[in-house]
Amino acid sequence: MGVGRIDRAFAAVSDSADAEEVSGPVRERGTDGHMHPGGDRDPRRRGRGGGALMPFLVAGHPDLAATEATIEAIAAAGAQAIELGIPFSDPIADGPVIAEAMHAALRHGATPEAILAMVRRLRAGSGQARDLPIIAMVSISIVDRIGRDRFVGDLASAGIDGLIVPDLDLDEAPALRGSCDRAGISFALLIAPTTPQSRAAQIAGLCSGFVYVLARTGITGERGALPAGLPARIAALRAATPLPLAVGFGISTPEQVRDVLAVAEGAIVGSALVRRIEEAHGRGDDVAVEAARFVELLVTGASAPAEAPP
Amino acid sequence: MNPRGADMTPARTGRPASAAPAALAGTAGSACGAAPPPLPEAPAPEGRFGRFGGRYVPETLVPALDELAEAYRAATRDPAFHRELAELNRTFVGRPTPLTHAPRLSEHAEKLAGSAAVGAGGGEGRGARIHLKREDLAHTGAHKINNTIGQALLAIRMGKRRIIAETGAGQHGVATATACARFGLACEVYMGAEDVRRQALNVFRMRLLGARVNEVTAGSRTLKDATNEAMRDWMGSVEQTHYILGSVVGPHPFPTIVRDFQSVIGRECRAQCLEAFGRLPDAVVACVGGGSNAAGIFHPFVADAGVMLVGVEAGGRSERPGDHAAPLSHGARGVLHGSFSYVLQDEVGQTADVHSCSAGLDYPGVGPEHAWWKESGRVSYRVATDAEALDAFQVLARREGIIPALETAHAIAEAIRLAATLPRDANVVVNCSGRGDKDVTEAMRLLGTE
Repeated sequence: MGVGRIDRAFAAVSDSADAEEVSGPVRERGTDGHMHPGGDRDPRRRGRGGGALMPFLVAGHPDLAATEATIEAIAAAGAQAIELGIPFSDPIADGPVIAEAMHAALRHGATPEAILAMVRRLRAGSGQARDLPIIAMVSISIVDRIGRDRFVGDLASAGIDGLIVPDLDLDEAPALRGSCDRAGISFALLIAPTTPQSRAAQIAGLCSGFVYVLARTGITGERGALPAGLPARIAALRAATPLPLAVGFGISTPEQVRDVLAVAEGAIVGSALVRRIEEAHGRGDDVAVEAARFVELLVTGASAPAEAPP
Repeated sequence: MNPRGADMTPARTGRPASAAPAALAGTAGSACGAAPPPLPEAPAPEGRFGRFGGRYVPETLVPALDELAEAYRAATRDPAFHRELAELNRTFVGRPTPLTHAPRLSEHAEKLAGSAAVGAGGGEGRGARIHLKREDLAHTGAHKINNTIGQALLAIRMGKRRIIAETGAGQHGVATATACARFGLACEVYMGAEDVRRQALNVFRMRLLGARVNEVTAGSRTLKDATNEAMRDWMGSVEQTHYILGSVVGPHPFPTIVRDFQSVIGRECRAQCLEAFGRLPDAVVACVGGGSNAAGIFHPFVADAGVMLVGVEAGGRSERPGDHAAPLSHGARGVLHGSFSYVLQDEVGQTADVHSCSAGLDYPGVGPEHAWWKESGRVSYRVATDAEALDAFQVLARREGIIPALETAHAIAEAIRLAATLPRDANVVVNCSGRGDKDVTEAMRLLGTE
């Protein structure tokens, strides 16, 4: 449950022989009681050069039944965790693909209550998603309106393992972190390329479970090459935190996932997946099948031994 | 009763640092002998008005907000900045704008006094004098230019040569495009597709001024969505681009900066009242969408407990959700576009649909300082409906020869109502925040005279 499930996702890294250096900081966390050094025993989630693929889905896009089936399918396809976006009417960090998916989800009734009911069904089921770490990405507008303690409690009791708030005022982070600690779920904030090192250390210090590192400035969406400075930024962040680092924004291909996982514990792929779901939905195809096919491509491409980074 | 005096202490200590009033006093002082503005208050770096305000934005933007706050702090301490702004206000914007007595509008209010229209508050001997603070006479036809000139100067100081802005009615877009043309800055304006339709004239004005207008087709296709798009642009362009936010909304330090640049209205007005009738006004009335013209005229009067301050929101068609744009009157506390304030949301935090006949008030949020003024009791917030605003729009035109913006017409409607309840020797000042040329086509449609 909760933080433990997230730790296990990232702990898969430490099973991997060639990820020794990368996983160093993760291992150090073993003393805090959250670590589960055994990691994931599913062979598909091991030996990929380390690191967790965390696909991002908009909950309720195109509808909640499809999201439920998609989570099951991509868990089976090798995703080690899911970032589940709770749709918001005004997502200013998101590009057109995710923003439009959120608007569509809202039109189809994807309320927090309905989304958490879906998560409960997954947790009660017998599929691979039953134990898949699920991390909710939620605007502070929603958290604040429902009430922080109540909302975090609802997440935890539904079986959500962690919370990402992309637009929190940092002054309020300690209180929300406290709510998450009490509920037993992890709490992640964003660090941007524009964030000075001292502030990055402050932000990382408020996180638990992992830290969300933005690969680039700008909104979510598919892009070309990864920024050249990313490995150096990741290296600098190692000095600021022992937590696993998950990298997102503009990561859309197997090669990019591989390159990210060469330096970080997590790679988040959002718009590229959401676009495929939207396109499959438009064609009348099974979105879960399409999503699983893409996730499998990301997993196998990222773990192709010949292309594994040194 | 409103324990106004008691409430003012936290209100004044709670608001963010503002070094600007001292700096921005030039035009008021030079033209009408305004008293020196109050000294800057102690910094409140967290940018809160009481509990309202803050910076609820993606981390990518936070360093730019820090940079802006620092640039603003430095500018307000630089006499050259004040001189340049004051000179531009005088020679380019056309400040100070006059305070105009409105005798025939006052007479209209007097006739209403005692009638059923104003209820128990009216009666014999009622019908205050109404005066108009003529921001409609500022360059580009509205108060928006006060802010865009100031922020354009800040952008230049930060070395940012590209400007983005959101606009609803198009007045802020035009004022931004104007400032950019004046200083040779690249300018892109985001505008909802519905507003592009309603305000075609302003779209053409922006293009004439050299700006690129980006039509926003997402969501409700109005001001809220234009603001989302401007913020998204800024997420990717933040290192070379300054976002000139057009109202006292958004993350800190925008609500403070915009209020300070707009406070030239209130400082001039205060001095003009003392000159015209030898004392402060009894009431000051302004319309509130995001709330910049209201914050600008209210702020210099906030410490004057004897001056009643009245903000007027868009009451739209009815009090039902979706039929109005009145978060202070009908909304609740919540977060929108980077600050904690009053908002119109559903019960799980999704921004609600809004309606107003006026594109400039058609917004589900409001500046955090207004939320603080509401809760402290210092300002009372009321609504004027579409119908009342349209009526006031025509009354002002016929009785004073001034066609106000539909936004402004909301304040005029409330001023008439209020004046009818006050004694004849009382003085009511209305912020005539913009002229109505942009609205004549929409007014023709609404009045059925097309």
